[in-house]
Amino acid sequence: MIPSQFDYVRVSTVDEAVAALAEHGEDAKILAGGHSLLPIMKLRLAVPTVLIDISGVEELNYVRVDGDHVAIGAATRHHDLEKSEVAQAEVPLLPHVAARVGDPQVRHRGTLGGTVAHCDPASDLPTALLALGATVVVAGPGGRREIPITEFFLGFFETAMEEGELIVELRVPRTGAGGWGYEKFTRRENDWPIVAAAAVHLPDGSVGVALANMGGVVLKAAAVEAALAEGKSIEEAAELAAEGTSPSSDMHADVEYRSHLARLLTKRALKVAAGETEASTAESTAA
Amino acid sequence: MQVSMTVNGQQRTDEVEPRMLLAHHLRDNLGLTATNIGCDSTSCGACTVIVDGLTVKSCTVLALQAEGSEVTTLEGLSTDGELHPVQAAFRSEHGLQCGFCTSGMVMAAVGVLADNPNPTDREVREGLEGNLCRCTGYHNIVQAVLKAAESGPAAGQVPSSKQEVSA
Repeated sequence: MIPSQFDYVRVSTVDEAVAALAEHGEDAKILAGGHSLLPIMKLRLAVPTVLIDISGVEELNYVRVDGDHVAIGAATRHHDLEKSEVAQAEVPLLPHVAARVGDPQVRHRGTLGGTVAHCDPASDLPTALLALGATVVVAGPGGRREIPITEFFLGFFETAMEEGELIVELRVPRTGAGGWGYEKFTRRENDWPIVAAAAVHLPDGSVGVALANMGGVVLKAAAVEAALAEGKSIEEAAELAAEGTSPSSDMHADVEYRSHLARLLTKRALKVAAGETEASTAESTAA
Repeated sequence: MQVSMTVNGQQRTDEVEPRMLLAHHLRDNLGLTATNIGCDSTSCGACTVIVDGLTVKSCTVLALQAEGSEVTTLEGLSTDGELHPVQAAFRSEHGLQCGFCTSGMVMAAVGVLADNPNPTDREVREGLEGNLCRCTGYHNIVQAVLKAAESGPAAGQVPSSKQEVSA
């Protein structure tokens, strides 16, 4: 499969990328690792006429501490996030989840900004970012603005970004070493999750919980978070994981089974985050 | 558009359409047909090559994205007619059945050993999660990678650049 014809523009700064987006309009797409975009272009689900390649934009490739946050450049590859000592020390949920995206070859190319912009409801890292309460920093013709991740994912492949904008940075709170879990149920090790749950203890004392593949976008498990805030037990709170979700039925799982997985994986992720159990491995995961 | 890259130690400059995939560039423009295209959808790993020290699936990389890069394909692994340690181990352990996945599997195995020179059976299987063998001949493939690990750091290196391959 070969994508439709397009023009290719290589940029080396964010300003050049913004200018190229302004010049080429709505038919242009940002290309970074290409591991979400190129597959859908091959299938003609996306037919951009111009690709603006930001993979060589050095100013978008970093993981660093910035005050009470960790700031991650949008073009940081999953592999680099996985290996980042800063990320491992300051927000270890992210490198753990990065290491479970796809397979090594995919992680060598895919980028954090790319997976957020792609907005697939089954994506691992957006689920972790949602649990963390991340901030998405975008750049556009009017300069930079910050969007809370809770307001970023609007619908299937639809985000709060305006035309002419691109993601430049993800900001997450410094959680420190303890208190996080990510439980993912897949048919095979490198598959997309049928359902996944992320749980993380946040610096303000609350627990963030988010779910993959339980609706048109990655979702906060709001009822679980509220129950935990009221002092309910992990078991009681996790029972509410499917509340407010709208999972689909497909060849992998129906609504009832996905709801079961949401409750089970949320309970496991919360228990791992609480230090009560070890994280599941591919061998031990069974639902 | 023009694209330049070093392929198996040789500088190559060619005209390509922007939409040309690296896998097609290697096969059709450069004649390096060891790189197979299996699923063409980033799933099977048959098209795995090493770009700047990292394994990638060349069916999901544009040729233009490899501009200025060092690319190693299976053809670039052996030196002076001598098999790379991973190739030699696949041969001695019979790490193949039909052979279609083998070139991608060997390249991925070099990447696995670069990341972890002394992997366990389990770590080899996890490291090769992005490569499928339709014959299901995984047992001997894993044995081959474990055998290659015994030959030391060379098993995780590519000869053309002498650079270490990262995970």
